[in-house]
Amino acid sequence: MSTPTEVAATEITYRDAIRTALAAELRADPAVVFLGEDIGGAGGSFKTSEGLLEEFGPDRVIDTPISENGFVGAALGMAVTGMRPVVEIMFVDFLPSAGDAMINEIPKFRFMSGGQATVPLVIRAIGGATGHFGTQHSATGESWFQQMPGLLVATAGSPASAYGLLRAAIRCNDPVLLIEHKGMFARKELVDLDAPLPEVGKAAILRSGGDVTIVATLLMVERALQAADMLAAEGIEAEVIDLRWVAPLDIATIRESILRTDRLVIAEEQVHAGGWGATLISLLAQEGLPENSIPRAVSMPNYPIAFSPPLEDAAVPSADRIAEAARAVVRE
Amino acid sequence: MVQSPQPGQPDQRAWFRSMLVIRAFEDTVQQLFMQGLVVGTTHLCQGQEAVPVGAIGAMGADDYLTITYRGHGHALARGVDPEAAFAEMMGRETGLCKGRGGSMHFTDFSRGLIGAFAIVGAGLPVALGAAMSAKLRGTKQVALTFFGDGATNIGSFHEALNMASVWKAPVVFVCENNLYGEYSPLRSTTPVDDIAVRAASYAMPGIVVDGNDVQAVHEQTAAAIARARAGEGPTLLECKTYRYSGHSRTDPGKYRKPGELDAWKARDPIIRLGEMLAAEGIMSSDEQEALRQTVQGEIESAVARATAAPWPALEGIGRYVYAD
Repeated sequence: MSTPTEVAATEITYRDAIRTALAAELRADPAVVFLGEDIGGAGGSFKTSEGLLEEFGPDRVIDTPISENGFVGAALGMAVTGMRPVVEIMFVDFLPSAGDAMINEIPKFRFMSGGQATVPLVIRAIGGATGHFGTQHSATGESWFQQMPGLLVATAGSPASAYGLLRAAIRCNDPVLLIEHKGMFARKELVDLDAPLPEVGKAAILRSGGDVTIVATLLMVERALQAADMLAAEGIEAEVIDLRWVAPLDIATIRESILRTDRLVIAEEQVHAGGWGATLISLLAQEGLPENSIPRAVSMPNYPIAFSPPLEDAAVPSADRIAEAARAVVRE
Repeated sequence: MVQSPQPGQPDQRAWFRSMLVIRAFEDTVQQLFMQGLVVGTTHLCQGQEAVPVGAIGAMGADDYLTITYRGHGHALARGVDPEAAFAEMMGRETGLCKGRGGSMHFTDFSRGLIGAFAIVGAGLPVALGAAMSAKLRGTKQVALTFFGDGATNIGSFHEALNMASVWKAPVVFVCENNLYGEYSPLRSTTPVDDIAVRAASYAMPGIVVDGNDVQAVHEQTAAAIARARAGEGPTLLECKTYRYSGHSRTDPGKYRKPGELDAWKARDPIIRLGEMLAAEGIMSSDEQEALRQTVQGEIESAVARATAAPWPALEGIGRYVYAD
């Protein structure tokens, strides 16, 4: 075991975490290239790549036409010929335009070739509601691709997660879809830029507690932590887990937590059916967990996200709703 | 008289042999289906042999190519061992892709064959990416991508050609216009007779070539490759040809006009090259017949070895999904 040392953490925003991680990997490995719509000259629609074109030049930071299937497919061609491309999808909602590359080509490529190739490729996609972007610019899409063996899916639930997961994804030899949440770009926290990279497929326990396990992703991580504060004031100790990886699911960490709390709440910014929350509950149920309580999922309602701010706000799970679900399972 | 050509140089004798291998391979696949040794589906390319042979013959050893579900001919023209190809179609562990891919996914990275795609148009962006990778890494490699006339109506064709031209990517788009997109005649789905005219909207050369003339295909591909390698950007090369079989195994091709198939068989690419070889004294018709029999023997022997090869072990069902 190493002795604890003082870490030089830096306070950075979620946006800066992404830019800093991209810059670090572009600097570290000449095989890394970054491509997407308006990522170069414009510095990214959400300014997550400001300054990268200036530092790395147009051969490494490549503006593309609005051709998602084309440039994601091109990134596959790069990945299997010696490069490590990172692709930005400006809004998660545009991922279906790259559906063939995302579903038929990238996840299956290594398998179909009988292991001849690896596909070190990262697709960063910016998703999430709360920005009043309307129904075609607000999805998280975090579970859309969980049924694709061969594709890893990560979600960045904090600046530290965004930084670590992006760097880990770029170094991973398998294709990774990394979802970022556009409602979190201005969030700040202390991030140790030199910390060991997070393990692929490993969830993070952000707060320990013995009464109830809350599993969340993306913006719901922050709201779950707020809910945990509210619950603590009432004497309920919630354990908050940032799932981080939708594929593969870290069932071991969740199981271990539930064995202690015996209660589960899912907090997800997506409809429940067919998502990671439903999958987690299914996998745990097959093991008989939790043993003495019924799990609850706090999810998006089963209709499209409205533009109107009060309607959007009502649809996205709040800290209050998460806390209420936790109280309900604790009371049972 | 007989040259010893460098890679990418014209070699009529090698072309003739390669076309015979493809024809014998595809004819044999049909028989194996009847015997139940090959299952699933296949898309055969008898009649189109001059395109893969002429075009791939113009490639360098390090260049890349992507192909389609109608890709047996291209794989063989690139040097894939018929035994590994048969074994792949039979789902055997010794197959080119260890039986995981099958008829539509002949892939061989050792030969720059970086993918065979069963989704129409999917290989074009991938070839573009490989070409851009070569450009960014500063190698002089180029990428060829083969596709049919039907693929020119799908979005990835437009996206790939547009990006390739904007980026001056070293890629050659080789369209095999065999007059049918699956079961539909070209003009029922496409408003032009010449696919090559579509190049104009991407500000790249669009060239029509007789796809049953292996020499012509070779020359035009060599010119397009030279342009790409010189940094002058992509080319759309349309090779006009014809498939003798239906679209896939279950298609008898009844939608064809009477006499059309016979008219194309009269322009058979193997017969045409054979006549030229005999006329120019490069290879007599006796020599050609002897070669045909040699090739047939090699194909039969490859089938026998593939048939005797083991199935994949069930313990390996989850292999090759993630990097080791």
